[in-house]
Amino acid sequence: MVKELTCINCPLGCSLTVTLEGDKVTEVKGNTCPRGEAYAKKEVTNPTRIVTSTVRVAGGTKEMINVKTEKDIPKGLIFDVAGALKGVTVSAPVAIGDIILKDVCGTGVNIIAAGNVPLR
Amino acid sequence: MYDAVIIGAGVIGSAIARELSRFDLNICVIEKDEDVCNGTSKANSAIIHAGFDAVPGTLKARFNVLGNRMMDTISKELDIPFKRCGSLVTCLKGQDRSELEKLLKRGEENGVTGLKILNRDEILEIEPGVSDEVEFALFAPTGGIVCPFNMTIAYAENAFTNGVNFMLNTEVTNITKENDHYKINTLNHEDGNKDVLETKLVINAAGVYADKLNNMVSERKLHITARKGEYLLLDKEAGSTVSHTIFQLPGVMGKGVLVTPTVHGNLLVGPTATDIEDKEGVNTTAEGLERVSKMSGLSVKNVPLRQVITSFAGLRAHEDSDDFIIGEAPDAKGFINVAGIESPGLSSAPSIGVYVSELVEEMLKPNKKADFNPIRKGILNPETLTLEERNKLIKEKPAYGNIICRCEMVTEGEIIDAITRPLGARSLDAIKRRTRAGMGRCQAGFCSPRSMEILQRETGMSIYKIGKNGPGSEFVVGKNKEI
Amino acid sequence: MENYDLVIIGGGPAGLAAAISAKDNGIDNILIIERDKELGGILNQCIHNGFGLHTFKEELTGPEYASRYIDMALERKIPYKLNTMVMDISEDKTVTAMNHEDGMFEIKAKAIILAMGCRERSRGALNIPGYRPAGIYSAGTAQRLVNMEGYMPGKEVVILGSGDIGLIMARRMTLEGAKVKVVAELMPYSGGLKRNIVQCLNDFDIPLKLSHTVVDIEGKERVKAVTIAQVGPDRKPIPGTEERYTCDTLLLSCGLIPENELSRGAGVKMSPVTSGPIVNESLETNIEGVFACGNVLHVHDLVDYVSQEAATAGKNAAAYIKGERSNSGEKEIPITCEGGVRYTVPSSLRPALMDEKLTVRFRVGDVYKGKALCLYYNDKLILKKKRPVMAPGEMEQLDLKKEDLLNTPDLSKVTIRIEEA
Repeated sequence: MVKELTCINCPLGCSLTVTLEGDKVTEVKGNTCPRGEAYAKKEVTNPTRIVTSTVRVAGGTKEMINVKTEKDIPKGLIFDVAGALKGVTVSAPVAIGDIILKDVCGTGVNIIAAGNVPLR
Repeated sequence: MYDAVIIGAGVIGSAIARELSRFDLNICVIEKDEDVCNGTSKANSAIIHAGFDAVPGTLKARFNVLGNRMMDTISKELDIPFKRCGSLVTCLKGQDRSELEKLLKRGEENGVTGLKILNRDEILEIEPGVSDEVEFALFAPTGGIVCPFNMTIAYAENAFTNGVNFMLNTEVTNITKENDHYKINTLNHEDGNKDVLETKLVINAAGVYADKLNNMVSERKLHITARKGEYLLLDKEAGSTVSHTIFQLPGVMGKGVLVTPTVHGNLLVGPTATDIEDKEGVNTTAEGLERVSKMSGLSVKNVPLRQVITSFAGLRAHEDSDDFIIGEAPDAKGFINVAGIESPGLSSAPSIGVYVSELVEEMLKPNKKADFNPIRKGILNPETLTLEERNKLIKEKPAYGNIICRCEMVTEGEIIDAITRPLGARSLDAIKRRTRAGMGRCQAGFCSPRSMEILQRETGMSIYKIGKNGPGSEFVVGKNKEI
Repeated sequence: MENYDLVIIGGGPAGLAAAISAKDNGIDNILIIERDKELGGILNQCIHNGFGLHTFKEELTGPEYASRYIDMALERKIPYKLNTMVMDISEDKTVTAMNHEDGMFEIKAKAIILAMGCRERSRGALNIPGYRPAGIYSAGTAQRLVNMEGYMPGKEVVILGSGDIGLIMARRMTLEGAKVKVVAELMPYSGGLKRNIVQCLNDFDIPLKLSHTVVDIEGKERVKAVTIAQVGPDRKPIPGTEERYTCDTLLLSCGLIPENELSRGAGVKMSPVTSGPIVNESLETNIEGVFACGNVLHVHDLVDYVSQEAATAGKNAAAYIKGERSNSGEKEIPITCEGGVRYTVPSSLRPALMDEKLTVRFRVGDVYKGKALCLYYNDKLILKKKRPVMAPGEMEQLDLKKEDLLNTPDLSKVTIRIEEA
């Protein structure tokens, strides 16, 4: 199988052509540097993303607080992870790093606060 | 039973309402939109014309000149920003100077004072911003500029505080004559409720829809065409490009455009004139805006078009007869038309208001109200205060220390005033027209979320009801993840 | 009237970094004036990650990046006023400001750092024809509504402009349940980072249409549809290429404009290219003791560079206040840009007043592939740096060494130019 990708490592944005046999990468073409090859391999075999969002805060100085996945989660689970935050409200005070949701969608990754909201 | 129902809360309907509020009468103004000043009155050149343009003997000529004369008193009584900046009609190289003389003669016949034809040197002395092509100009010192929002809102507020009832968001769906009175069917745009009002007199000040209303009761049919005018508004940094209203004689490219400072210090360029079918067709067009840009350069040098902050279009109510139609419909007693009020309608509003109230006085012979108050105080602009006064105000009302609109430096105090005063603002456009919040160079990018918050807090309105300009124009559609 | 050594206008990333740097360089009598209710500026609404890769070698969200600098400012006990709007700056460095507690007040500063940031280009400035209904938002306004207030401005979205905020909002709105139908970009290239195109658009199958613009907006109360059309090389729409998208929202991400109304009022000279102040190597404007940094100076892509630039401004302001920098007629050497380089910040330098190294930042006017950046002192080539690709959306920089400049006899100009590789 052949997949087309755009490398995101630098503004050059090389168009990468990745050849796969099963789930094994046999060839990467179109890259200008080794970073492109590494990116392509990861992106076709195990693409992951950090998901950031906001949830409501009760009793704080602000209505909303920034949250994020502590680590990358599989790309295919982006919508599930975002959806898991639906209806979540936390109570102030909340500080950067506080766990908002444990093991989101069975990924083993926690959703943590990425902002500070003190008590009102 | 009302004594009179005025349909339309533009500058004409509002001016009539205010003049009628001097009398002991039961009066109601019906407006289909969510705020007063939402049609032609909000999108025009913001000019108080001197009165040399209209053909002598027409209603346009008569009411314009009278209205212009009244503006000093009206602007003081109602606290409306108004400035007699004077106007120039420019005659370019190759254009016929005798056209200026015709205008001068016409103006003098209409009773305009101080008109004078200037040569290039004389023009440059008072207006160095004109283009190199300008050879002569007709100077009219009585020409002026006004805030049309303020003017309409001030009239309406003063009418309201003197006892006139206003029904906003209410559309007239039908009018029928019953023996000695009229029945008016209405539809409320907010709740969908239908209602019937009864009134001795109907005053039709419905702008581009005045023909539709007239034709419900009269066989003397009117036909009003919506004539679109497109404008460009420039940043205050461009406001000093010219200090007078600069008109152009019609030329090879057709009717000219004007370039004028506004009373708030911006520069306004326009309008085009395109007849359209849709009476709500206030969309701008690429061609129209380009034409305005191009034409502005004929009479004014270096119009800084890079500093455009917004563009808009307004509709003039052009009646086939080419003049204002003011008076009782010949076959519908008690139905008073104030129709076809296109330019110079804003300039004529004060005198039309007085004239129509005289018509009503003759018909109903009402008593004068002892407690009529002609004075309306506008929204306090803290910039007009001394430092001490301003700090005293902030101490008493801390909201005057919070700037909400950073482009126009509008404080929270002014926005609260706009919301809580008579006929208070219920939308962001309504706040904008009253305070200028959101009218500056960022066009409400920064202040709209904060104005929404203040409106919600002051009125208890649901966030989902807060809109730009009434029902259907709401800003947010739901909470995150819940749409 | 209260006196301060240093007044910093704006408590966003630039103002904070400038204050911290000034403090660390020996200035204690500092005041940061912030118009919002918290420090951190626009970072507070930028909840996506990717900030701080250069500064902290981590991918932080906007609020996280801001909190690092806020903490540094608090540790240093740098005074600040919130909810305070600066109304005027005079040429003699009197600052007039207002808030609801102190009223309107004047303060006198020995030095001022301008760090007011920028605003978004509005629909009006873009001259897009059509109706003016609700549902047209600058991307930043929508970002504030969604991220700070928790409300969605619409369900079906078209985005004009592929600047980073627009791309970020495409993903953000999608994750919150909206359908983003298309992103149209006037230019033949995107103004945003590659990474954002992949992770904000491609990940969600949102099409990006280059060389397209909005030619009509429908809807009288609320946006009902938007028509986009392809543009030719003259950036004018090509008739017959119109495509209509039903939608209730149009987001605009069409460029940022430094907010310099206060600077102009003070008499600061502006660059017509950047819309920011013209500054020398110290990031000092034509008014002695008035410095500028961050997006008020020129619009940046990365906050890391804002922080670096602001630290330079803070350090130089400190030196000025302490009288360490005599302005004894040092000649200002102009930095000229040629062959596709649009501007440089700074635009002049005095080698004697420089640090050992001066970072000159600039943007190019087009997409250049396989070219080189060349640096000349007078007519002597000093550096030729191959650049596989340069684009208007990516800020470039070159470091100039004080030693080299001082060693150039009769130095009268510095030139940065794009040449064949």
